[in-house]
Amino acid sequence: MPSILSISGVSKTYATGFTALKQVNLDIERGEIFALLGPNGAGKTTLISIVCGIVNRSSGTVTVDGHDINKDYRAARSLIGLVPQELTIDAFESVWATVNYSRGLFGKPANPAFVEKVLRDLSLWDKKDAKAITLSGGMKRRLMIAKALSHEPRILFLDEPTAGVDVELRQDMWEMVRRLREDGVTIILTTHYIEEAEAMADRVGVINRGEIILVEDKAELMRKLGRKQMTMELRAPLARVPDGLSRYALELSGDGNQLTYTYDNQSDRPGVASLIRDLEAAGVQFRDLDTKNSSLEEIFVNLLRQEP
Amino acid sequence: MNLRAVWAIYRVEMARAFRTVLQSIISPVISTSLYFVVFGSAIGSRITEIDGISYGAFIVPGLIMLSLLTQSISNASFAIYFPKFVGSIYELLSAPVSYLEIVIAYVGGAATKSIILGLIILATASLFVPLHIEHPFWMLSFLVLTAVTFSLFGFIIGIWAKSFEQLQLVPLLIITPLTFLGGSFYSIHMLPGIWKTITLFNPVVYLISGFRWSFYGKADVSVGVSLGMTLVFLGVCIAIVAWIFKTGYRLRN
Repeated sequence: MPSILSISGVSKTYATGFTALKQVNLDIERGEIFALLGPNGAGKTTLISIVCGIVNRSSGTVTVDGHDINKDYRAARSLIGLVPQELTIDAFESVWATVNYSRGLFGKPANPAFVEKVLRDLSLWDKKDAKAITLSGGMKRRLMIAKALSHEPRILFLDEPTAGVDVELRQDMWEMVRRLREDGVTIILTTHYIEEAEAMADRVGVINRGEIILVEDKAELMRKLGRKQMTMELRAPLARVPDGLSRYALELSGDGNQLTYTYDNQSDRPGVASLIRDLEAAGVQFRDLDTKNSSLEEIFVNLLRQEP
Repeated sequence: MNLRAVWAIYRVEMARAFRTVLQSIISPVISTSLYFVVFGSAIGSRITEIDGISYGAFIVPGLIMLSLLTQSISNASFAIYFPKFVGSIYELLSAPVSYLEIVIAYVGGAATKSIILGLIILATASLFVPLHIEHPFWMLSFLVLTAVTFSLFGFIIGIWAKSFEQLQLVPLLIITPLTFLGGSFYSIHMLPGIWKTITLFNPVVYLISGFRWSFYGKADVSVGVSLGMTLVFLGVCIAIVAWIFKTGYRLRN
C-alpha cells in the first residue's frame, strides 16, 4: 500500500535567508507511529508546518494519501489534525464552542455526540462550558488535542505534545495515542523526550540542521546502534586492569571496585562468555554483574555527535 | 465551497461582538449622542441650515459614515490580527478553507457588525432630529458597499500589522483625519477655493456625499461619481487582498 504521507525534495529558506530544511525526503506508512527526533531548531516544526499548509515551502512536493498539498489542498488538509507546540487558543471561547468551531472549519457537519465523546475521552467534558482562559496548562493542551481530533483526521501531528506536561497526563496521552493507532490513525510526533519515542514509536526519524540523517525501524535501530554494557562488582579492589584482559578495553572505576565492559551487538569484540573465562584465569573474582542496553537517547546523542 | 467553514468563522466573529456588546454597540451610540449634543445643538444653533436641510439632520449621514468607516476597519483588522497575535491562526491556515472563504467569513462578519451599528446610530439620530430618507435603496446600498469596502481595508491592515501599534496607526493617522475632513459636519461648498479642490482628493468625501444624497437628494459631488469612487476603492482593496493571498504575505512566510 502506498505511504499515507510522502515528502520529496522539500526545502525551505525563510525570507531572512535561514535555510530550515534541505532536500528532505520522507515517507510515512499508513497507521504507524512515527517519531521525528531532533535538537531545537533542527527543522521539525517547519517540516510539520509545510505539510499542514501553514508555511509555504521553497521547493519539493508533498502528497497526503495521494493528494498534492497545493493542487488538492482541501482533500489533503481535511485528512490532517495538528496539535502545535504552543498553546494557542482563543482565550475567550468556551471549550464546547471552540471544538465545534474546529469541526466546522474543516467542513464537517455538526455532530454533538462525536464532540462529546472526544471531550469525554480527554477528560474535558466537565469543562465544556468553561472559557479556555480559565483552564490549566494541561487542560489547554488537551483542548488543543480535542480541536485537532474534532474533524476525525486520519493523520495526527503532535508537535512536542508532552512538553511541560505532568507525568499523569503524559501517560494519559500515550494511552490516547495508542487508542488512535488502533483506530487506524497515523501518528507523527516530534519530541525532546526520547524515552517517549522509545516507548511509543514504530519508526524513528532523526533530523538535524534541516536534513533527515536517519529513518529506521525503532527496534532495528536499537539493535544496530544500541550498545550493551556489563558491569562487574569485584570482591577485592584492583589497582589496575590485569594485562591478560587488555583486549577487552575494560574500564576500572576510581575506587577499583568495578569493572565495566562495553560492547555492541555487531562489533568484533569478544563475547561475554570468553571475558568471564579470562577473568577467572586472571584470578579476578566478582560478587555480582549487571548488563544493560543503551537507550534510544544515548543512540540519538551519539548520532548527533557523529555529524560533522 | 466549504460553506460550513465560512459559517463557523462568521459565527465566532458575531459571538465576539455579542460578548463585547458594550464596546461594540453601546459606546458608538454614546459617542453619536455626544456629537449631536455638541455639533447639533451647540453649533447647530448658529448654523441653521445647509442646502435647505437643518444642521442637525445634515450631519446624520456623515456621523453614520464616520462610525461605519472606523468600526468596519477596527472590526476586521482586529478579527484577523488577534489570531495572528495569539498564534491560533495556525488552525485557519491548516484547514481546508480557500482564501475566498476566509475573506467572505471575516469581512462578512465585520461588515455585518458595522451595518448593524450604522442602523442603530440611524435609530439613535431619529430621536434627536426628524429624519427623511429619499432613496432608501441607495441608502442601504451605500451602507453595505462602504461597510464591505472598509472591512476589506481593515482586513488588509490586520494582515499587514505586526504590532498593536501598527494596527491603530492607519485608522488613527489616516482614516480619522480623512473622515473629519470629508464633509461629515459641513458641505465642502462652504470651504474657501483651494481647499475645495484639495478636498476632492479625499475619497471619504465621495462616500459621505453619496450617502447624504440618498437621504436628502442633495450632494456635494454627483452621485454617479460617488458610486464610482466607492467601487474603485472596493476594487483596489480586492486586488490587494488577492495579492496577499497569492503570495502568502505575512501569513504563510
